[in-house]
Amino acid sequence: MENKLDYSDDIKTIKKIMEESSRFLSLSGLSGLFAGFFAVLGGCIAHFGILKSKTFFINEPLINLPIQDISSIKIQLITDALLVLILALAGAFYFSYRKARRKGQKIWTPVSKRLLFSLCIPLIAGAFFVIIFYIESQWHLIVPSMLIFYGLALISAGKFTYSEVFYLGLAELLTGFSAAIFQGSAILFWILGFGFLHLAYGLIMYRKYKG
Amino acid sequence: MKADISSLNKLFENRVRLGIMSVLSVNDSYDFNNLKETLGVTDGNLASHLKALEENNLIKVNKQFIGRKPNTSYSITETGVNLFKSHIKALEDIIRLQ
Repeated sequence: MENKLDYSDDIKTIKKIMEESSRFLSLSGLSGLFAGFFAVLGGCIAHFGILKSKTFFINEPLINLPIQDISSIKIQLITDALLVLILALAGAFYFSYRKARRKGQKIWTPVSKRLLFSLCIPLIAGAFFVIIFYIESQWHLIVPSMLIFYGLALISAGKFTYSEVFYLGLAELLTGFSAAIFQGSAILFWILGFGFLHLAYGLIMYRKYKG
Repeated sequence: MKADISSLNKLFENRVRLGIMSVLSVNDSYDFNNLKETLGVTDGNLASHLKALEENNLIKVNKQFIGRKPNTSYSITETGVNLFKSHIKALEDIIRLQ
């Protein structure tokens, strides 16, 4: 009997080490809730505040405005989006750091480096793509590209952390394609993808992994 | 019914060696310091077990320089993969049959 205990202990240890050394498990559900909240807020500010539109059609208010107003609106939209991005990233790092510290684990490990690396390649590619669309005034492609490249980034990062990240990536990808098809509702899909999907993900993660 | 314990490898009786094999079986390569942190063992302890595994051709050593710092990393060999797999299988069989 003692041997049996030993052996099942061995198996448990092996599985634990395999998982901990190949997956970064300090991602926190709170990051998702935090990012989702600011994305919904930022999206609503863009829609009701900056574009002052009653529809979710992004081209229309831009087309009907005098040139000076267009450039000021563009700057406001970019500032709004960047603020959301910075807050979301800050939240992701802070809550991961907190969770890692609570579990007595390091945040900077070979696997967290790989996670960041595989996340960054599609994200940076997407950022360049979006900047090109911006310069070329291809507004209708900006929101779908943001969502699609973010989805791809999560899918590629999903191998190195909880599998929920992979599924969040798939959902972002779908939202991105929907945004490309229903261009009139781009901001609605932006709020759905970066806001509500993150809120749902955050809630699931927080309850499932207790933190 | 008796379980086949002949597939249990003596080399893996030690917890540190089991840990090293576990890490290397799911990572392409892992360096000395990170192995040390992951497994929570001392330099000397880890080094001696790594040496034993290396001598038995279960893992291989890659020495390189990162900038000016020497960096030693380890990866699992094909023999290592096979032996480790059959060891895990033997463990699972024993648990099931006991």
